[in-house]
Formats: sequence, structure tokens, C-alpha cells
Amino acid sequence: MRYALLIHVDEKLTASLNEAEQGSMMAEYMAFGERYKDKIVGGDPLLPVAMATTVRVRDGKTMTTDGPFAETKEQLNGFYLVSCDNLDEAVEMAAQIPDAVGGCVEVRPVMEFSEA
Amino acid sequence: MESVAHSIEQVFRQESGQILAVLIAATHDFTLAEDALQDACIAALLQWPVDGTPRNPAAWLSSIARRKAIDRLRRDATLARKQGQLEALAALEQAGSDEQDEGAHFPDTRLKLLFTCCHPALALEARVALTLRTLGGLSTPEIAAAFLVPVATMAQRLVRAQHKIHDAGIPYRVPPLALLPERLDGVLAVIYLIFNEGYATNSGDALIRQELCDEAIRLARVLVELLGHEPQVPTDPEVFGLLALMLLHHARQHARVDADGDAVLLEQQDRSLWDRAEIDEGVRLLEGALAMRRAGPYQIQAAIAALHNEAGTAGATDWQEIVALYALLLRLTPSPVVELNRAVAVAMAQGPACGIALLQRPELAAALSEYHHFHAARADLLRRCGRYEEAVSAYVRALELCQNTAERRFLERRLVEVAAAG
Repeated sequence: MRYALLIHVDEKLTASLNEAEQGSMMAEYMAFGERYKDKIVGGDPLLPVAMATTVRVRDGKTMTTDGPFAETKEQLNGFYLVSCDNLDEAVEMAAQIPDAVGGCVEVRPVMEFSEA
Repeated sequence: MESVAHSIEQVFRQESGQILAVLIAATHDFTLAEDALQDACIAALLQWPVDGTPRNPAAWLSSIARRKAIDRLRRDATLARKQGQLEALAALEQAGSDEQDEGAHFPDTRLKLLFTCCHPALALEARVALTLRTLGGLSTPEIAAAFLVPVATMAQRLVRAQHKIHDAGIPYRVPPLALLPERLDGVLAVIYLIFNEGYATNSGDALIRQELCDEAIRLARVLVELLGHEPQVPTDPEVFGLLALMLLHHARQHARVDADGDAVLLEQQDRSLWDRAEIDEGVRLLEGALAMRRAGPYQIQAAIAALHNEAGTAGATDWQEIVALYALLLRLTPSPVVELNRAVAVAMAQGPACGIALLQRPELAAALSEYHHFHAARADLLRRCGRYEEAVSAYVRALELCQNTAERRFLERRLVEVAAAG
């Protein structure tokens, strides 16, 4: 099964990291990617929500607004797409994501169409 | 017709867990398994009155359920996954030709099912409901009645949980060793919750509550037995501790309620009504668990229950030992309620004034300020000290918070007594 591991962190905390802390966070992510390279199908970190643009189409009109779709304490700031045998395996991976400490990771099964 | 329906219901109650487990093991599909079993029950209701009840009703139901599952899959066998399920069911058909021994062929199916139903990715209330439905064979309306929710709500909760197991890929297995201790804790918690739901005298249908207690004990027995079959799984004494704890409480059930349905305090219970056989079994299990020398909260609570059960009279209770056990429990699972229980035990061992002193800790009083048992216990200790005026206000506070009619009657009686004494 494929799962999206959606990483949510408080951007203010991330922004407050000094250079050495950022470096070690990066190294932890590299190690994570290396350890699970056979399971990771895709994924990337995202720029802060200040860079986000939200798009809605209403009555045929496209409306764009600055910022994320909702103001929340923690923001989506990266994701992995992984292929796992079951939820336990996906949860185990999610727990190894560096930002699971401090932030949180939502594990969402991918809707599969290939079977039909 | 009536008696056939009754015997189907009995077979269903006893066997549905096993039949479902075998079907789910083959198909990994809760909904399909449930539907197939439902079909088989309908078939039984139609056929048994005409053809007579089969010699082995459980095997009959199981084999029909399997065929119904195959029928359901064949109707829509275009998907590759369903092909796999069909093959698994066909294999089962071969293996199951000796149907008498079906249970013996699949000793671990129920264990896997129990772990799946108690998976932490499901909401706690869904775990409880799913366990009762799937392993306990309780009907959806029965479970709804036990938890005081509308049948439709409970049905939806069950369906949602079954879908999540399938769609989110919750595995059907006994968890690997690394996950097992944590998962086993979760299973024990669900079983204990089922027991407590039945044991609380507050509300709901007495018969269904009784059934919940019996079911929790039965599930714990199944767990003890099944884990015993898994040589690579290390024995956790807490499993025995939980079973002992439930048995030791259950043993007092006939003495806990008086003729009017009112709760009877432990110290006032007629101890000749306690079930000696159950107490003996509980104590034996507890001794076996304690001998493994890894104490845990269930074992300690069972040890406390055993000390009460072994006292010939309320006055003969070994309160010093109970105080020591509560201190240990408080270290392992610190909580305001455990602290309250310890204070009450200290009051029994060393006098009410010592108990009152412990209850005065500001953090404790604040944490339990909305908990009627806290005020009721404090009121009782004040009463015993002769501090009647303070006792009156504590009883009044307890009555403001207490919802249970029987307990309210008791508190009101005491309030009148202390008001008169003061």
C-alpha cells in the first residue's frame, strides 16, 4: 500500500533554529532518506506558508489569496510518499521522521485506482 | 420456530468469533466476513426449521458462511484482489473438510483478530465495540445498549472501524516482538474497559452489564490460552494479573447489590455470598503472576482485591499491606484517583485523621474537586473524626456532583446523620 506521510510543524520553531541546529536537522533527514530509500516513492520539503497561495474557483471565477487555506498552529511543511506492507510499517517510518519529535506526522493511505 | 431461532442465537453467540476470525484470516475483509456470516444466519433461520438443526450447528454455519463469502466474491470477481480472496477461501474449503476441528486448525486466528480490533489507529470506543462485536459475538443493538448510544450510532461506529482496518491497511496479525508489549497493553486496556463498563452499577440494563463482565473475563481467558500457544512470545504477567483482578472483583457480584438494587459498601457486604471458587482461581493466577517478579498495575490491583477477599470480616482486612500496595501502584501509575484510594487505605490503617491530612494536599484537592468520590470519602473521614460541621459541607458537595441514585440515597442518609450529630 502507498501512504502519504504529511509532516506538520510549527514554522516559528523551525525558523528559530540556529545554523548548527538546521544542519543537524538536515543530516537527520538525509539519514532517514538513506535508511528508507527502498520504501520512499517521493516527497519533498515545502517552503513556509508565507510563500503559499490559495486558489478557489467560485462561479467560474478564479480567486487567489495570499497564504495557506487555514491558519493553524502547525503547518504542513513537507511530505513523503512511501510504499509499505501495512499501516504498522508506515507508522514505524513516520515515527522516525525527525520532525515527529516536536511536530507531528499524519499518515494517510493513498487512494489506489490501479486495482479496478 | 422459537426454539430454532433461540438455538441459532446460541450458536451464533458462542461461535461467531471463531467463524469470523477464520473468514477474516482468509479474506482480510471484515465487511465481507460479517456479511457472509449474516447470510449464513439467515440461511439457518430458513433451513433449520424445515430440515432440523444440524448435528454440528457451528460447523454448518461456518461452512455456509464460507460459501456465502465465495458467492459474494463471485458476483463481483473482476478485481485481482478478490481473486486472491477466492483462492484463500477455496483453500479453506479443502482444509476445512474436517470441520469438527476447525478451531484446532486455526488456534491463532482469534488472537490476530483481537490485536487487529484493538489496534491503536482505531478510536478507543471503536476498539471496544469491534472487540465485542467480532470476538464476543454481541449484537450491535446489545453493544449500543451497553454504551447507551443509539443503535444507528453504534452501527456506524462499527462500519467506520471496519472500513478503516481495510482502507488504512491495519494488519491482521499478532504484532512483531518489537511492537508486542505496547500492543498487548492496548488489548488489556480494552478488555478491562469492557469489564468496568459492565461492573459499574450506574446505568443500563443489568443483564447486558453482566454479559460485558462475563465477556471480558472470557476474552482474558482466551488471551491467556492463546499467548500460551505462542512459544516466541514472552509471557507477560500482567495478562494473568488482569484476569485475576477481574475474577477477584467478579467474585463479589452477588454481595454488591442489595434487594432494592442499591450498592452495598465493601465493608458491609455479606461475605458468605462471595464466590469462593472464583476467589481461589483469582488468587492462584495472581500468585503465578507475582512469581514472575515483574509487578504491574493489574497485578497490584489484583493483590489489593485479594487482600479484601481473603479477610474473613471487614475488620480483619490487612490495611497496612493495602497501604503498601497503593504506594507501589502510585509509583507505577501516578494519578489523583490512586492517591485518593491510598489516602482512604491510610485512614483505615492509621486512623481517619491521617487520611484527611493526605487529602488536604492542594494539588490533589484541586484535581479531584469535581469528583464526587473525593468529597464523599473526605466527608466520611471527617464524620469518623467527629468533625460534623465540615462533614456536612463535604456531603453537600458530594451530593451536588453525584448522579447515581443509589449512591445519592446513601449520601443523603449520611448527611442527615451528621447534621443531627453536629
